Amino acid sequence: MRTDKVIHAFRDSLPVMTGYAVLGLGFGVLMASKGYDVFLVLSESILIYSGTMQFVLADMLSGNVTLSACALTALMVSARHVFYGVSMVERYRDIHGLKKFYVIFALTDETYSLVCESNDADYCFLVSIFNHSYWITGTVAGSLIGQVLKFDSRGIDFSLTALFVSICVEQWLNADTHIPALTGLTASVLCLLIFGPDNFLIPAMIAVTCLLFAFRGKIENENV
Amino acid sequence: MRMYDALILVIISGAVTAFLRFIPFIAFSKKTPAFILYLGRVLPYSVMAMLVVYCLRNTGAYFLPEALSCLLVIILHVWKRNTLLSITAGTALYMFMIQCA
Repeated sequence: MRTDKVIHAFRDSLPVMTGYAVLGLGFGVLMASKGYDVFLVLSESILIYSGTMQFVLADMLSGNVTLSACALTALMVSARHVFYGVSMVERYRDIHGLKKFYVIFALTDETYSLVCESNDADYCFLVSIFNHSYWITGTVAGSLIGQVLKFDSRGIDFSLTALFVSICVEQWLNADTHIPALTGLTASVLCLLIFGPDNFLIPAMIAVTCLLFAFRGKIENENV
Repeated sequence: MRMYDALILVIISGAVTAFLRFIPFIAFSKKTPAFILYLGRVLPYSVMAMLVVYCLRNTGAYFLPEALSCLLVIILHVWKRNTLLSITAGTALYMFMIQCA
């Protein structure tokens, strides 16, 4: 693997490092405040590796949740990952063996945002590894310093929103057609208004898929 | 909750999340059908917009900090095209606004 490739992947992963440092610290601090030790945080960050899922699970740990309720919640919360997989099936075709297993396992929101337009297997693998290491480091560090340090970190989770907004802008400036972006935005906002913040994601995914097929002719005409 | 019970919940959530990540790759392991190729090309654009809405889903009546910070990220990014700068400035503005409000 060439050095410039490693540097390229590392440089691209820096925004995720900031986002994960912030979010991971927040998660670690939260778990520490609930009295969970660093071992649980570490196993979550290695085995689950999904910020949203881990925050939701932190809530479930505090209550009396049944195993099936936990599985069902996980299914709802993580359903969007199917979408990422669908758009990476062809791009990850040239990756094999354990590497392939890993890049699929490590396909988080943030990693997806970096690899979704790349066709370079090494790049995708490196970005996945870098991001995972930031997440593990951030959450463990947060858990360790959680008891010791008190600081006002309210609002720091906006870094993830900012990351996604800047990626949207970047995509918008590079796109041949704006129909897919506008479809995603409109369908999500409408579903949010209809179904509310806790239930809108799955209807939105279905609506986006249907609309993208409805506009297929128009999109493929503009997309030359 | 005891450590042992907590670990079981961790393993269940982890298994479900991994399962969802693997499904498409297992379902289309042989040859990618044309409609999946098409989705692979257009979905990244739709999904990133969907994720932004997802991040902002709990924004209520006091949406000014979110709106202004997003606007700053957009303007900065169109102007400088520097992701780190856009994120840092946007987050700093947001934290300042909600902590001083």
